[in-house]
Amino acid sequence: MVSLSDYLILSAIIFCIGLVGIFVNRTNIITLLMCVELILVAVNTNFIAFSHFLGNEAGQIFVFFILTVAAAEVAIGLAILTLLFRNKGSINVDVTNSLKG
Amino acid sequence: MINTPLFDTTSLMAALPEIFLLSAIVVVLLLDLFLTKPFKQVTYYLTQLSLLTTGVLAFNLIGEPETIILGNSFILDDMASVFKVFMMVAAMVAMVYSRHYLLQHSLFRGEYFVLVMLSILGMMVMVSGHSLLTLYLGLEILSLSLYTLIAIARNRAGAVEAALKYFVLGAIASGLLLYGMSMIYGISGSLNISEIAVFANSATLASREVLIINFGLVFLVIGIAFKLGAVPFHMWVPDVYQGAPTSVTMFISTVPKIAAVAMLVRLLIDGLGAMQPYWSDLFTVLAILSIVLGSIVALLQTNIKRLLAYSTISHIGFVLLGFATGVITGYGAAVFYILVYVLMSLAAFGVIILLNKKGFEADLISDYKGLSAHSPWSALMMLIIMLSMAGIPPFIGFYAKLFILQQVISSGMITVAIIVVVFAVISAYYYLQIIKSMYFEDGDEAQESIPAPIDIQLVVSINAVLILVVGLFPDFWMQLALSLF
Repeated sequence: MVSLSDYLILSAIIFCIGLVGIFVNRTNIITLLMCVELILVAVNTNFIAFSHFLGNEAGQIFVFFILTVAAAEVAIGLAILTLLFRNKGSINVDVTNSLKG
Repeated sequence: MINTPLFDTTSLMAALPEIFLLSAIVVVLLLDLFLTKPFKQVTYYLTQLSLLTTGVLAFNLIGEPETIILGNSFILDDMASVFKVFMMVAAMVAMVYSRHYLLQHSLFRGEYFVLVMLSILGMMVMVSGHSLLTLYLGLEILSLSLYTLIAIARNRAGAVEAALKYFVLGAIASGLLLYGMSMIYGISGSLNISEIAVFANSATLASREVLIINFGLVFLVIGIAFKLGAVPFHMWVPDVYQGAPTSVTMFISTVPKIAAVAMLVRLLIDGLGAMQPYWSDLFTVLAILSIVLGSIVALLQTNIKRLLAYSTISHIGFVLLGFATGVITGYGAAVFYILVYVLMSLAAFGVIILLNKKGFEADLISDYKGLSAHSPWSALMMLIIMLSMAGIPPFIGFYAKLFILQQVISSGMITVAIIVVVFAVISAYYYLQIIKSMYFEDGDEAQESIPAPIDIQLVVSINAVLILVVGLFPDFWMQLALSLF
């Protein structure tokens, strides 16, 4: 039997991969979007696991909303990426340096 | 409240402002499609009318008894209504300024106003959120609209870059916030704010449970700090402020801050009020870092939008300090501070936009040299705003800082108060620097000022004069802020 803590550890690992991926990634911005998705997947795993073990459906409903919002978020993210490519001709992380900081 | 059925049409009256605004957005969005070029201004006037009506509807709900509707996920109380009214007023002022800017820089499009209204809808949902789900959805409606709003200047590389940075960091912040929410949900077994509060207040919490709540709490605080732009989660603020079109910068720096404060109140005071000693410590650290960094780094800036970004960071530090005191009067002072900050920030960006001309952004501090010679009235208003931001009496900015410091001292954080005062004095330097440029340096004589339209001139003047007038009667506003808790 898989216990609650197994799920939580799995989601914590996915979460960390996503977070570390964002900060060490220096090449492509699409990788950043994938890392953001990983973070959301980790959150979804958490919610479903809790929801199952608590016997409370609210968590699963939350997951549907997160999935929907994530889809909208990626659509906007890719649209911004397209604009970036049009303006700079590249979607590498290092082109986003004209604003210092 | 316990016996209300899940869905009851009469109970929807409590959400009337939101429902009206949503319908108005749909109407404006569709109507804008059919408007030809000469009638594009109709979108602007309809937006103003919608915001005004929404504000009036929200105003009428002030004083209603507290009601919780839609399956315990939406709350109507005085704080929600008062915040909504302030948001509407600020948004209307922001739209007057925006129109001038958009016309000058050929960015005038119907989508701009629709996106602004959508983000305001998101903020209203946040302000009234009574469950983790509503708070999250409100936050996302707000954020997604703002990302798009920045990218509306799609031919400017800087704006697109700012949109991307805001997008990536905003997405991380939402992710962190959600992770915290999932922990809170897991331990308390509910998404509802009042049930979470009951759970967190129960005396029989095992130390393991307190640990998990605190684990989730840290993520919630990080998420909120990201949205407010407190150090060390401030990386996006200067870049987005500088890169975004000035009218969008003005919008981002004002109205969403009220919503973020409301979310903070809902999550951490209404929900996890029992954990106050834990989050107070976090807030104290964030506040001191924000004030220190905001004051020091701003000294090096040459771009006025970037300077105002660091100034925002240090103002947010003061707001967090008010919440860190953990007493009702401290919360009141923090709410007062954020409203004052919105007033000052609107006026500051208003003057910047007023000085905009075709192909001239007026965003460098050197652009303000000799301003008093060619447009003395703008210079005078900028003087009032800068003195108020620096915290010099009798302007309102002074009282905002005073109330916060009073609460900080009376809750015994003397060292913190001393650090904050020292850095507030340092930050006065860069505000005075702008005044010096305007009044004591000779500018480019070629910069002849073109008179701006009368509406923006009038609104900027009223806005700046309010800083002085409200400063003469701060008590009334402070009492109002206190009555919200």
